[in-house]
Amino acid sequence: MSGRESFLLDGTPVPFAPGETVMQAALAAGHYIPHLCYHRDFKPHGSCKVCTVRAGGQTVASCTLPAQPGLEVESATPELEDNRRTLVQMLFVEGNHFCPSCEKSGNCLLQAVAYELGVLSADLDHLFPSRPIDASHPDLLLDFNRCILCELCVRASAEVDGKGVFALSGRGIGKHLIVNAESGRLVDTAIAATDKAVDVCPVGVILRKRVGFAVPIGRRRFDVAPVSAQAKGDAPRPPREKERR
Amino acid sequence: MTQSAPGRLRVATTSLAGCFGCHMSFLDIDERLFELAQHVVLDRTPLTDIKRCGPCDVGLVEGGVCNAENVHVLREFRRNCRVLVAVGACAINGGLPAQRNHLDLGTCLQEVYLTEPGLARGCMPDDPELPLPLDKVHPLHEVVKVDYFLPGCPPPAEAIWSFLADVVAGREPRVPRELIRYD
Repeated sequence: MSGRESFLLDGTPVPFAPGETVMQAALAAGHYIPHLCYHRDFKPHGSCKVCTVRAGGQTVASCTLPAQPGLEVESATPELEDNRRTLVQMLFVEGNHFCPSCEKSGNCLLQAVAYELGVLSADLDHLFPSRPIDASHPDLLLDFNRCILCELCVRASAEVDGKGVFALSGRGIGKHLIVNAESGRLVDTAIAATDKAVDVCPVGVILRKRVGFAVPIGRRRFDVAPVSAQAKGDAPRPPREKERR
Repeated sequence: MTQSAPGRLRVATTSLAGCFGCHMSFLDIDERLFELAQHVVLDRTPLTDIKRCGPCDVGLVEGGVCNAENVHVLREFRRNCRVLVAVGACAINGGLPAQRNHLDLGTCLQEVYLTEPGLARGCMPDDPELPLPLDKVHPLHEVVKVDYFLPGCPPPAEAIWSFLADVVAGREPRVPRELIRYD
């Protein structure tokens, strides 16, 4: 750590490497900043706004904020935590998130972040949208009800899988996930169950068939430890480790 | 447990559009029920079979709001309970019954009672005592002001105990984070 430059996160010095964002450096040092659309393997996107912090007199997404020496960053303040809770609650009422019947429960980032923020209820009127599922693919199920528009599958399918299977369409409250096929159905795309796009979905939208309960509820990632205790797992990996995969 | 006793909290419970799973989880506090009985008197609840809710300190409501009777009972609880608690997934977000919300109610009823294959002689239930179903199933907080939420399907017995123990001790109830579960 010696010799490296650092910024202050809630008063604690956090060292960073040149080019790192506040989020990347914080996670690498084991400090958790709540986030949904950030993923260590992808270029930061800054769209979910859950990771918003205050720095230099501005509120800004920490996943896209370049770390600078001496920068003072506030994250765990009551006001910012309140804003994060509201953002998460809005996601819950915009879709149909019925955890007791979701096979992603316990491995779901939206649920884990909500637990972390102490969300006990959505506290807003539920929209109960009608979003039919797509079960056309023999190995995969698409349940649009749970989409949080993080665009991780869009990015993974385009940048890693080279297939461009997913996209977002529409604006504002009408924005939704679509499948890039003339029929609009997943079976008519080149997607495979081994694709990064499948792996990267943080919620229960893109699901592999026939493995849903291989790990029982109660023994899943966020059943074992809260998301805040797993910050380092979300930190950027050293380039060598990335190449090995 | 129903005799009024000074100094004891009066508690009512009910299940609206729920499965009684939350009540079962409440009973899962096991032998601590005896301790609770030292501090609590039960008012309207399926455990006493009292039909009307009187003035209470705490109302625990399981299930969402799916028909006119649910609205009536929920309002009765709100009028009478100093502290109203939404217990479980259905009370908090509509839960399983709300999975019908994207379907047309008329079509649902027709399919179940008239056109479902295997029905010998289908007919639409029309007994005047049957409460009319609502167009959509609603969480409690969309109908009345809710003071506290205990999530889970059902909430762990420990969460229910922790909540009641806080109320009995006169503390602000707070669900410990490790007991927050939605599944």
